[in-house]
Amino acid sequence: MEQDTLYQRQVIDRARAPAHAGSLDGATHTGEGTNPMCGDRVRVGLSLTKGGTVTAVRHETRGCAICIASADMMAGLAEGRSALELGALSRQFGEMLRTGEGAEQVGELGVFAPLHQHRSRIRCATLPWTALVEALDGSKDR
Amino acid sequence: MDLSPAALADPIDALRHLRADFPILNEAVHGKPLVFLDSAASAQKPIQVIDAMSRTMRTQYANVHRGLHWMSERTTDACEAVRDQVAGLIGAPSREEIVFTRNSTEAINLVAHSFGSLIRPGQAVVISEMEHHANLVPWQMLRDRAGIELRVAPITDAGELELEALERLLSDGKVALVAVTHMSNVLGTVTPARRIADMAHAAGARVLFDGSQMVVHRRVDVREIGADFYVFTGHKLYGPTGIGVLWGRRELLEAMPPFLGGGDMISTVRFEGSTWANVPHKFEAGTPAIIETIGLGAAISYIESIGFDAIAAHEAALTDHALRRLAEVPGLRVIGAPADRGGVISFTMDDVHPHDIATLLDRNGIAIRAGHHCAEPLMRRLGVSATARASFGLYTTREEVDTLAATLEQIRSLFV
Repeated sequence: MEQDTLYQRQVIDRARAPAHAGSLDGATHTGEGTNPMCGDRVRVGLSLTKGGTVTAVRHETRGCAICIASADMMAGLAEGRSALELGALSRQFGEMLRTGEGAEQVGELGVFAPLHQHRSRIRCATLPWTALVEALDGSKDR
Repeated sequence: MDLSPAALADPIDALRHLRADFPILNEAVHGKPLVFLDSAASAQKPIQVIDAMSRTMRTQYANVHRGLHWMSERTTDACEAVRDQVAGLIGAPSREEIVFTRNSTEAINLVAHSFGSLIRPGQAVVISEMEHHANLVPWQMLRDRAGIELRVAPITDAGELELEALERLLSDGKVALVAVTHMSNVLGTVTPARRIADMAHAAGARVLFDGSQMVVHRRVDVREIGADFYVFTGHKLYGPTGIGVLWGRRELLEAMPPFLGGGDMISTVRFEGSTWANVPHKFEAGTPAIIETIGLGAAISYIESIGFDAIAAHEAALTDHALRRLAEVPGLRVIGAPADRGGVISFTMDDVHPHDIATLLDRNGIAIRAGHHCAEPLMRRLGVSATARASFGLYTTREEVDTLAATLEQIRSLFV
C-alpha cells in the first residue's frame, strides 16, 4: 500500500496517544474551531501569565489524525511562548501548508509540509490554530 | 446485453465490457489505476455522452425555441426529443409533464416555491430523517417564509423509514406534501414509494420523491409508485452536470405559479403584465442547458441500451459482494442495514477518521467520499460526525471492491 509521506509514524502515533489532550483546569482563556464541512471540532484551553506568556495548553479534539496530531504538536509548542510569537508561528505554519516550504521554521509541525499537495485537508491541520488564535484574541480584550 | 451463460451466471461480470465506453477509467491517480467508487456523488461519462455533446457543438448548435433558421430548428428538435426520452425513462404519461431544471436541487426548490405558494399557513410538509440537504433546506425556507409546519419522519436504526410514525404525522390531515428520498445517498435505503404515496394520498397529501440516486439503479415508473412529483439529476445518470428533471402531474403543474421569470416562459408580455406559457415551458425561463440536455438524452439512450434488468442485477450482486468483503475488514462498521438497498455503502472504522481513510485510499488511486454527505441531520441521528462512503456505478468491478477492502485493512493496520 502507498502510505503517503503525510501519514508518517510521528503523525499517527501522536494522533493515537496525544500528550496534551483534555481540558485545562483553571484555564484563563478558551477558544474553539469548527469545520462545518466535516464536523470536526477543536477546543483549546490555555493559561497565560500577566506578561503574556502561555504556561499551559490543553486541547479537546474531535477530528481526523491530521487534526489531532496538529493540535497536540501545537499545544506542545505553545507552552513557554508569547501570544506574539504564536501569532507569527501560526502564520509561518499556514504559509508552509500553502507552499510546502519552510518546514524547518516550524519545529515538529514540519511533518505536515506534504499537506500542500492535499488542499482539501489543509483545514484539518489549521483548525487547532483557529481555536488557539481565538483564545489568544480573547486575551487582548481583558 | 451479453446473454452468454457465463455472463448470466455472473451479473457483475456481465457489464465488464462497458468499461471500454468510459475513457476516464484508463486514467491513473498517484500512479495507480483509478478505482472510482464515488458514483453516487457524480457518475463518470461514457464516450456516447461526450460525443453527443461535442457533436452538437461542432455541427448543429444554435439557441432553441426562437430561431427561424435551420440550426435552431434542429437543435430545438434534439432538445425536445430528450423530453420524450425522459418521459419514457420514468413512465410519465405526458411529455408536457417533464420540466428541465439545473439539477435535483433546483427541481425541489421549484416545487417548494411554486407548489409551496399553494400551501396555506397551518398546513405541513413532511420529510424524513435521511434526506439530502437538497430535500430539506428548501422546505425549511418555505416554512420560514410561509408559516407552514415542517415535520420529520424518523428512521429506524437499520436506516428504514418508520412507516407507523409517518402515518401518525399524517393523521391530523394537515399535511399538504410528503417529500422523501426514493433512495438514500448515505445508507443506500430504497424507500417503499408506493406505500408512502398511498399513505400520503389517504391523508389528502401529495408526494414528491427525490429520485437522484434511484433512477440510476432501477427502472422507475412514476405511475406505478403513485408519485405526484419526481425529481432527478443528469450527472448521476452518466450524463452531464447542469441538467436535471422535475416531473409533476399536469394538473398540479398547471395550478402552480411560475418559478423563475424571463424569456421562454411567457405567452405575452406587456408593461402592465404578462401571461405564462403552457407547461412545461412556464417553468423553463431563459436559455436552457442545451448541450447538457442533449447529453442527458445520450445518457438515457446509453443506459436503456444496457437495460435496467442488467444494471440492477449487476448492482445487487456487487453490493452483496461488497457487504461481505467489508464485513471481513476488522473494525469496520457498515452504517445501516436496510432490507432493500442500492449500491451505496457508508461505513466507519474504529480508530480511523473517515477523512484519513479517504486520503489514504486516494493515495492508492481509490476515490471514495468522506464527510456528512450533505445530510447533517442524518449524521446526528446515526451518532457519527462523518462517514466514509463507497458507491458503485455500472462500470464497477468485483476486483475494485476487493481492492477497496484489502486497502482498508492495510490502512487500519497503520492505526492500530
